[in-house]
Amino acid sequence: MQPGFIILALLLVGGALGAMFMRNLVHCALCLAVTFAGLAALYLQLDAEFVGFTQILVYIGAVAMLIVFAILLTRNSDAQPRFHSFGSAWIGAAVAIVVAGSLIASVFSSAVILHSASGRRALTVKQIGVQLMGHYVLPLEVIGLLLTAALIGAVIIAMPEKKPEKKSTPPHR
Amino acid sequence: MSPLYQYLILSALLFAIGLAGALTRRNAILVLIGIELMLNAANLNFIAFWRFSPQQETQIGVMFAIFSIGIAAAEAAVGFALILAVFRHYRTTQLDKMDSLKG
Repeated sequence: MQPGFIILALLLVGGALGAMFMRNLVHCALCLAVTFAGLAALYLQLDAEFVGFTQILVYIGAVAMLIVFAILLTRNSDAQPRFHSFGSAWIGAAVAIVVAGSLIASVFSSAVILHSASGRRALTVKQIGVQLMGHYVLPLEVIGLLLTAALIGAVIIAMPEKKPEKKSTPPHR
Repeated sequence: MSPLYQYLILSALLFAIGLAGALTRRNAILVLIGIELMLNAANLNFIAFWRFSPQQETQIGVMFAIFSIGIAAAEAAVGFALILAVFRHYRTTQLDKMDSLKG
């Protein structure tokens, strides 16, 4: 195991735990940004430079800021309990532990454990662009349409509703 | 370079932490954060499998991860808009208080 990977793994797991289980919502969002940054570093380590920088731009730049905005806009002063009621919180934690155990067990029981890295992968941005404009042009168009629809939909959903206009009756007298 | 299974275990841990948060926390924003974590764990798997695949020339892992990031961004935008709209009705983001459809 390499020290770089260990540091990144600890950062990722700690950041994720903080993002999920901290008390203050703003701290949660900051821990989430740390997790995203660690993932971007892992992508760089895995020779996927473009995905790493996309991760920084999209997740740290946009999604984390969106989360901070949502937290600040929905701020409520009264103290609220953090978890669901006792029974359902334990059931949720147990489900998560079972899922983690079965995933890790299946990783260890598969042949994938024998794989080792081949030589360095060089995937340039130019190659990605050519692929996106060639073989993947239809998914690219679809995702453009999806992003446009999501943009318009998000604005319409979040827009304050217009109050039904009251009839302006002229005052008597 | 660390072997492939370490990346897979790290991704499984991330997924499980996200799942635990999404299932146990009461705040709708934190549930969405948990969903984002699970999506990111899947992305890490795509990139790791791409890096360790025996075919040198394949690019589909990276392409899938890029499209997945785009879709996650759209999902996050619509999700938080929905949370804002619900907050305007109920004045809360606690999930167990949102228990009637009539605003």
